[in-house]
Amino acid sequence: MDFAAVCLMIVLAPLAAALVAGLGGRYVGRAGAHTVCIAGVAISFAGSAWILARMLGGAAVFNENVYTWGVSDGLAMNIGFLVDRLSALMMTVVSFVSLAVHVYTIGYMRDDPGYARFFAYISLFTFAMLMLVMSNNFLQLFFGWEGVGLVSYLLIGFWYKRPTAIFANYKAFIVNRIGDFAFIVAIAIIAAYMSSLDYTEVFQRIPRAIGHDLFLTPGEPSKVITVICVGLFIGAMGKSAQVPLHVWLPDSMEGPTPISALIHAATMVTAGIFMVARLSPLFEMSPDALHFIVVIGATTALFMGLLGLVNNDIKRVVAYSTLSQLGYMTAALGAGAYGAGIFHLMTHAFFKALLFLAAGSVIIAMHHEQDMRRMGGLRKYLPVTYWTCLVGALALIGFPGLSGFFSKDIIIEALHHSRTEGAGYAYWCALIGVFVTALYSFRLVFMTFHGRERMDEHTREHLHESPWVVTAPLIALAIPSIAIGWLTVGPVVFGDFFAGALAQAPDGPIVVLGEEFHGPAAFMLHAFGSPAVYLALAGVVAAWYLYLKRPELPDRIAARFSRTYRLLVNKYYFDWFNENVVAAGVRNFGTSLWKRGDETVIDGWLVNGSARAVAALSAAVRHVQSGYLYHYAFAMIIGLSLLLGWLLLRS
Amino acid sequence: MIGLAHYLLLAGVLFAIAVAGIFINRRNVILLLMCIELMLLAVNFNFVAFSRFLGILDGQVFVFFILTVAAAEAAIGLAILVVLFRQRRSINVEDLDAMKG
Repeated sequence: MDFAAVCLMIVLAPLAAALVAGLGGRYVGRAGAHTVCIAGVAISFAGSAWILARMLGGAAVFNENVYTWGVSDGLAMNIGFLVDRLSALMMTVVSFVSLAVHVYTIGYMRDDPGYARFFAYISLFTFAMLMLVMSNNFLQLFFGWEGVGLVSYLLIGFWYKRPTAIFANYKAFIVNRIGDFAFIVAIAIIAAYMSSLDYTEVFQRIPRAIGHDLFLTPGEPSKVITVICVGLFIGAMGKSAQVPLHVWLPDSMEGPTPISALIHAATMVTAGIFMVARLSPLFEMSPDALHFIVVIGATTALFMGLLGLVNNDIKRVVAYSTLSQLGYMTAALGAGAYGAGIFHLMTHAFFKALLFLAAGSVIIAMHHEQDMRRMGGLRKYLPVTYWTCLVGALALIGFPGLSGFFSKDIIIEALHHSRTEGAGYAYWCALIGVFVTALYSFRLVFMTFHGRERMDEHTREHLHESPWVVTAPLIALAIPSIAIGWLTVGPVVFGDFFAGALAQAPDGPIVVLGEEFHGPAAFMLHAFGSPAVYLALAGVVAAWYLYLKRPELPDRIAARFSRTYRLLVNKYYFDWFNENVVAAGVRNFGTSLWKRGDETVIDGWLVNGSARAVAALSAAVRHVQSGYLYHYAFAMIIGLSLLLGWLLLRS
Repeated sequence: MIGLAHYLLLAGVLFAIAVAGIFINRRNVILLLMCIELMLLAVNFNFVAFSRFLGILDGQVFVFFILTVAAAEAAIGLAILVVLFRQRRSINVEDLDAMKG
């Protein structure tokens, strides 16, 4: 089998499945829809795994165009695939998580009338995400980028009869538009300066952009490469939900839980991280852009984690945790440790999908109750969910040996060693973030699975473990959550796994850390000498004390620090600001355009005004038309005399 | 000696009387028709006078045509007038303002 055929099969199988389930859902039925979609994604996963195996076996990088969409002024727009170890890893992660979520959906959406539609959407998502990941040029990247955005919009508003879901999907779409605008502007600048959209060619032509200045504001030159990188990163901020474009992600939890796991935790939101890593040769050239990235990432990592402490909706807590972890990845990218960012992306995809699916399993058992204040003591009713969720939480907080431990510790160490401006600030944010992460994660675990049973009698009687289609993906995700860090940290981060795929400054933080790295066991021992592990432990103990030992304490703390508490509950007033300043401003602007521009100028003056002018003129002229024959005859004779007089006088 | 000028002057005076008749008359549509006839006659005078003056007979031939057409026109005009009177019970010019805009 050759690579091109396998690549095509990987992307087209989910697309075909989506079409069958989406357009023919009525004919194939519910079982038909899920069979087709799972088969499609399974083909993708098998193909991805085969490619990853080939890549690990030392196969050459595959970079080929399969179709030319158009050529305009020498600028070729191709559909093509770039398969190296980076994209092979992403493809495998995406298709694996997608497959797990497909299976899980059978159980979660069992009673939903939109069953086939849902499967069509998630298969379509898998297609778009794979197009994004496998792309070898900016245009296809943008296609996939918008494709996943579209599916995300469709899925957040999946329950389209709920006003909150509609509000949330608009919000996601609009906020993403802001990022995407900067993104496509950056792509346009790339096309203008490098006259190519192909990654490899653009990377070769980077020198063309260096030394040039753009004047965004008069009199203030900005470096072209910085404008490009910041524009691309603003796109990533929208997709990967970085402050201040993060506001859509918590609201996206209005969508069904499998989607929260697949799109809003494991794959789509990491598209921004992947994009920055994929384009790392560009970003390496712009220290200013890296500075911007590291500050945004670190701010997101800490401050979004804090919000997880005050939320009571089980899914939203996990959502804020996702925001915070995306912040870690972004900070790693900004520090120049691209490998560490991608590594955390991979481990996070597994344990965060696991946490979401576990939360979903709890929600099924609780009959779609999501408020943690009405849970508690679920451990004995949902043993499989409990243990897998615990694994997810431990991986998330960085329990030594689990996957999250390796990825997060490397990021913190990388920030410590990075020479990017602002990395010091990021280091402290990341360290405090570890404590916060542990606190909210175990707050979730303790409030949900331990302590007093706070649900009502009716719900308690019906509590039982979810069916196997729900628990099987949980177990399937728990295994990599435990083991993947230990197994892959050496080769992926410190080995030459990403050689050629990611840019690496010769004195970058990964290189520095790599010199001290002597296998995962030594890394673990070394970690006990650093504060992160103790901070995580402190977080767990604090959660235990606050939510199990003395559950009345959190309310008293909230009352004591009521101003801070209000700030957190109101999410730092981002939504307030957006609704009352940004949205209101735009609305006022629109209203003034409508009232003044449209109604007054266009309707009032141009359209009705010209009609009124004609009416006024004819009102004056109509008096001439008296209806009396002799008036008309008189006018004719006068006219005739004038004409004749003129003729006579002229000659 | 009566020359061309006198004939033309007479024709002009007749035409002016006809025009004045059309404007001053506010009562009777029959008067309008008569004034139109008078205008045609004034024109005929011109034709005959110029024909004699220039020694070309064409003008006099035209006069016969015009007389014929005028007769036909008077017949049609009177017929319309009769129908009009049956319709509106009036031939007063002041009442006939159906063309008013």
